[in-house]
Amino acid sequence: MDVDKKPVTFIILATLVILVGTLLTTFIPLFVGTASPSIEKVMPYKPIEVEGRDIYIREGCNNCHTQTVRPLLFETARYGNYSKLEESAIDRPHLWGSKRTGPDLARVGTKYPAAWHYQHMKNPQSMYTQSNMPSYAWLADNKLDTQYAEKKMKVLGYPYTAEDMKKLEGKTEMDVLVSYLLRLGKELKQ
Amino acid sequence: MTENTYDYHAVKGFALSSLFWGIVGLLIGILISLQLVYPQLNFNSWLTYGRLRPLHTNALIYGFTVPAAFSLFFYLVQRLGRTSLAFPGLARVTLYVFNIAIVLAALSLFAGMNSSKEYSELEWPLDIGVVILWVMFSINIIATIMKRKEEQMYVSLWYILATVVGVAIVYIGNNLAVPVSWFKSYSIYAGANDANVQWWFGHNAVAFVFTTIPLAIFYYILPKTTGAPLYSHRLSIVGFWALVFAYLWTGAHHLIYTPLPDWIQTVAIAFSIFLIAPSWASVINGYGTMKDQWGQMRSNYLVKFIVLGITFYGMQTIQGPSQAIRAFSALVHYTDWVPGHVHMGTMGWVTMTLSAGFYYMIPRIYNTEVYSVKLANLHFWLVLVGQLIYSATMWITGIRQGAMWQAMDKDGSLVYANFIQTLTPNYPFWNMRTAGGVIFFAGFLVFVFNIYKTIKSAPAVQRA
Repeated sequence: MDVDKKPVTFIILATLVILVGTLLTTFIPLFVGTASPSIEKVMPYKPIEVEGRDIYIREGCNNCHTQTVRPLLFETARYGNYSKLEESAIDRPHLWGSKRTGPDLARVGTKYPAAWHYQHMKNPQSMYTQSNMPSYAWLADNKLDTQYAEKKMKVLGYPYTAEDMKKLEGKTEMDVLVSYLLRLGKELKQ
Repeated sequence: MTENTYDYHAVKGFALSSLFWGIVGLLIGILISLQLVYPQLNFNSWLTYGRLRPLHTNALIYGFTVPAAFSLFFYLVQRLGRTSLAFPGLARVTLYVFNIAIVLAALSLFAGMNSSKEYSELEWPLDIGVVILWVMFSINIIATIMKRKEEQMYVSLWYILATVVGVAIVYIGNNLAVPVSWFKSYSIYAGANDANVQWWFGHNAVAFVFTTIPLAIFYYILPKTTGAPLYSHRLSIVGFWALVFAYLWTGAHHLIYTPLPDWIQTVAIAFSIFLIAPSWASVINGYGTMKDQWGQMRSNYLVKFIVLGITFYGMQTIQGPSQAIRAFSALVHYTDWVPGHVHMGTMGWVTMTLSAGFYYMIPRIYNTEVYSVKLANLHFWLVLVGQLIYSATMWITGIRQGAMWQAMDKDGSLVYANFIQTLTPNYPFWNMRTAGGVIFFAGFLVFVFNIYKTIKSAPAVQRA
C-alpha cells in the first residue's frame, strides 16, 4: 500500500491512528463513567463561591498552586487527607494545577480563618517576610461585577436561591475570593 | 521549474511574525522569572505573574512556534511537491488574520480572560479564531500537497500532515465550553474528566507542536545541509506511525497520584515508556545520516544546530518517560524539575531546529547568503549555554525541593513543616535561571539581527 503517495488516504489513516488512544483513554472514560463519581455527597457551589472561583481563575492562581493532595505519607502529613474523585466532581474547569511554587490549596479552607486570608492576600510579606507571592491588595478595591452571576449558576447547573444572590451585593473581588478559599477542603457534605 | 514560480510572500511574513512574537514571549519569560524572586515586580494587575505566565507560554507556542511552522511548512510543501502554493491569496489573508488574533490574544490574557486550561488559556471567541486560522492553513497545505508534481511524499510531509490533523483534534477537543459572556465560558467537562481531557491536550500540544513541527523541518534540512542521504527510510516510516499512535495515550502521566482512576494513569505510564522507541527512531536516523559527516560539525554551522537539536530531543524523550514513572514522579512532580524539562525541549530541541530551518530557508528565498556565519556561531553558543544553565539549575532545585517536601523525622513529622522553608532555597537557583534566560535571549537577538541583515543584503527585487 503506497500510503505515502496518496495524501487523502494518508490523512484518514493518520486521523484514525490518532483517535485510538484518544478515544480509549480520554473520551470513552467520559461516557462509561470511570472518572465520573456520584455527586450526591458534593456541596454545590454558592454564587459567592462561583464568583470567587472565577477571580481565582482570572488571576491565574493555578499557575502557582495545586488543588490535589497525593496519597503519599509526606504529602498527607503536610496538607491533610488525600484528594478524592468526588471532591472535584462538579468543578468546571478542574483546578488541580501542575506546579507548586506555593503550597497546595486543596484543604486550605480548613486551616485559616477569613481574617488570615484578607491579611495574606493584601500583603503576603507581612506574614512571611521571604514569600514571593504578589500582593493582591487591589482586589479589595474592585467592586464585584455581578452582571453574569445568575447566568453562571444556570450554565453550571448549581441550585441557588434569591437569598444566595443577595449575598453578592456590595461585595468586593477580595471578599468573594476569600469565600471561595474558605470552601476548599469542605466539598463534601458531612 | 524556475525559482520564480514559488510563492514566498506568506513564507516571509510568517517568518518575521515568528521572530517578533518570539522576542515578546522571551521578554515576558525573563520578567516572570524575575518576579519569582522579586515579587515587587508584579507592578499592577496586568503584570502579575498569574496573568503573565499564560502569556509567556501562549506567545511562544502560538506566537513563535506556530507561525514558524506556517512559514517553513508553506516553504516545504512547495519545495517537496515541486509546485507553487495552492492559494497564495488565502495564505496572505491567513498572515494578517494571524497577527490580529495574536494581538487580541495577548490583550485578553493581560486582562485576565482565561479558561485556566494550561497551554489553551484563550477564551472561546479566540479559540474559534484559532480554529478558523488552522483551517485556512490546513486547506493550503493539503491542497498544495494534492497538486504536487513529486509522486512520493517525503517524510517531512507526513509530519506536516500529522501536525495539521493532530492540532485540530486536540485543540477542539480540549476547548469545548459553554459561554457565559463574550469573555467567559465554562468547560463542558467536569473534575477528573476535565483534567484528563486537559492533559490529553497538554501532552499532545507537545506532540503536534513541539515534536512533529521540528521533526518535519529536521528530516528536510539534515540531508539537504549535509548532502548525505537519510540513513533509513524504513526506520522513518516505523518511527512516524508508532509516534502518532502512542502519543495520544500518554497525557495522564501529568496526573500521577491525582484522583484520576489508576488504570488511566498506568496506561499512560506504559505508553510513555514505549514512546522512547519512536522518538529515538528519529534520533538514530539523525545520527545515522551523520555517519560519515561528523567533520561537518566543525565546518558547517547549520549542522551544529541540527545535531544539537536532535540530541536534546533524544535527551528530552528519555527524561520525559522517566518522569512518568510513579516513584520518580512522586519526587519531581510539581517542582521546578518540570519547567527545567520543558525548557530543554523548547530552548534546546525546538528553537535550535526552527533556527536552523530559518538559517537554511531565508537565504534561499531571498536569493542571498547568510549575513554572518560568525554571528550564527555566536547565536549557537549563547542559546546552548543559556539553555544548559536554565535546565540544569532547575533540575537541581527541583530535586532539592522534592526531597525537602518528602523529608520526615523518625517520629513521622515533617522536617520542613513550613512550606516557606522549602521555597526560599529556590531563590539562588531561580536567579541563575534568569541569568541563563538572559543569555539565551541575547543569543536569540543575535539570531534575529543576523536574519534581518541577511534579508537586507538580498537583491532589491527579492526583498519585496
